[in-house]
Amino acid sequence: MSQKYALIGALTLALAAGASQADPVEDTLVVNGEIEMTTVAPAPEHLGGALDVVRSGWLYRGDETRDMQRDDFENPAMLYVEAAATAWSTPEGTAGKSCADCHGDPESMRGLRASVPKVNPNNGELWAMEQFVNGCRTERMGAEAWKWDSQDMRNMTALLSSVSRGLPVNVAIDGPAAPFWEQGKEIYYTRYGQLELACANCHEDNNGRYIRADHLSQGQTNGFPVYRLKQTNLVSLHNRFRGCIRDTRAEPFEIGSPEFVALELYVASRGQGLSIEGPSVRQ
Amino acid sequence: MNLTRRGALALGAGFAATVLLPATALHAAVDEALAKFTGGAAVGEGGITLSTPEIAENGNTVPVSVSAPGAVAIMLLAEGNPSPGVCTFNFGPLAASQSATTRIRLAGTQRVIAVAKMADGSFVQAANEVKVTIGGCGG
Amino acid sequence: MADNVKPRVRVPKSAKAGEAIVIKTLISHPMESGQRKDKQGNPIPRQIINRFTCEFEGEMVLDATLEPAVSTNPYVEFEAKVPASGTFKFTWYDDDGSVYETTEAITVS
Repeated sequence: MSQKYALIGALTLALAAGASQADPVEDTLVVNGEIEMTTVAPAPEHLGGALDVVRSGWLYRGDETRDMQRDDFENPAMLYVEAAATAWSTPEGTAGKSCADCHGDPESMRGLRASVPKVNPNNGELWAMEQFVNGCRTERMGAEAWKWDSQDMRNMTALLSSVSRGLPVNVAIDGPAAPFWEQGKEIYYTRYGQLELACANCHEDNNGRYIRADHLSQGQTNGFPVYRLKQTNLVSLHNRFRGCIRDTRAEPFEIGSPEFVALELYVASRGQGLSIEGPSVRQ
Repeated sequence: MNLTRRGALALGAGFAATVLLPATALHAAVDEALAKFTGGAAVGEGGITLSTPEIAENGNTVPVSVSAPGAVAIMLLAEGNPSPGVCTFNFGPLAASQSATTRIRLAGTQRVIAVAKMADGSFVQAANEVKVTIGGCGG
Repeated sequence: MADNVKPRVRVPKSAKAGEAIVIKTLISHPMESGQRKDKQGNPIPRQIINRFTCEFEGEMVLDATLEPAVSTNPYVEFEAKVPASGTFKFTWYDDDGSVYETTEAITVS
C-alpha cells in the first residue's frame, strides 16, 4: 500500500476517533470588559444548510487560550498593535507623510477590516487589507511597499483589525465581487495535494472533531491576524492558508496571490455576522 | 481503515523512542537544580500551590501560577525540558503575596515542579503533570 | 540589543496603603533559547531576558531570575503593597547587557 493511502488512513482514523469529543465550548467573549463579541451566528444563506450556525475559532480553544484574549494586557498581540500605532504616526517615504496625516487616528479606520477583501473601484481588482495599506504607502506616501507577510505589515493589519473589533464580518459577495467569490468557493471545495483534501473536508465536514490532538474549527477568518502560541507572533491569514494547503501535501498558492485573496473573500463570507476579533489568540 | 500494519508499527516504535530516551539524564539535571536551590535540605509538601493547565494547547506558551504564603523564593523546574530550569521568583518586603504567574515553554508532556524556600529556611514543593498537545496542523 | 524591545506594565493608578495590588508586566523579546538552529543548521546563540526586577522607591517587590524556558514576550504577574504614594521601577536585564526600564506612579490614599 502506498504511503499516500497510509496517510489518508491515519487522518481518517484521527478524525473518526475524536468524534464528538472536541465540541466547541459554550462561553461568552467580552474583551476588556467592554467589547461584546458575537461568537455564534446563524449560518449565512449562501451556505445552503452546510452548517447550522457559524462559530468563532475562539470557542474551539482551551480555557487558558480563551482567557488570554479577554484582556488586551494578557493578549500578546497587543505588543504588535502598539508597535503599529507608532508606525501609524511616523512619516515615511518621499512625501514625508504618515498614515495619521491623511487618516487621523487609527480609530478612523473602524469598519474597514469587517468589509475586506473588497473590489477596488479604481482597478476592478479584489483587494485585501494588505493591498490597501501598500496602495497608501506607494501612491500617497512615496514609501516602499511592505511585503505581505512582513512583521511591519502584520503589525499594521493587527492595528487596523483591532479598531474594528466587535463589528460583524460584512463582506460584499455580489455585484463586482461575485466572480471573485465564485473563484474562492471553487478553491474551498477543491481537493488539493497528495492527501486530496479540500478546505471543506476538515472545516465543514469535520469541525468539532479532533485532527490528531487538535480541535478542528470551522476555519473562520474573523480572528485574523492571530497571535499563535506556537509561533509566539502574529500569523497572517494567507500564512495560515498556506500552512493548511501545505499540510495536504500540495504546492500552496503564493501568499498575496489573487487565488488566496479570492479564497479570503469566500471564507470571510462563511463567517458573516461573527464579530471581528483580530488580533485574536489561538494555539 | 487504511493504516498499514507496517505503518502502525513504525509509529509505535518512534513513539516509544521519544518517550524512553531522555529520562535518566534529565533526572540528574533536576536533582542538581534542586540541590543548588535547597543546599541539600529536605523538601516537604504542603503550603505551596502550583496551578498549571491539565492540557496545554501549545508547549511554547503555557501559563503557570505559583503561590506559597510566607516564602522568600520560589523556583520552577520543568522536568522534561532540555534544561530543567524555568525561573526563580525572589520576593521582596513589598510583595503583597508570595505568588506569581508567568508563561513557560514545555518541550513535551512532563511534570512541572515548584519549590519554595520558606522564611524559616525550610523547603516545600508541589508538582503537576502537564500534557502538551501536539497539534494537528503546523501552519 | 534585541530589536523593538518594548516593555508594558499595568499598575492601578491608586490604592489604599498596604492593600494588595496586582501588577502585570510584559516585554516584547524573542527569548532566543540557544536550543534552536537556523536554516543552515547553525545554532542560534542564546539571547534572553535573564532577570526582571520590580522595586518601589528603592525597596524590592520582586526579583526574578529567568531561564530560556520562559516564553517569548515574557509575562510576569505578581502582587505588591505600598505604604505611600510613589513610583514603581521595572527593570529587564538582557543577556547582551542591555537594560530596559520603565516606571509607573501610584497614588496611595
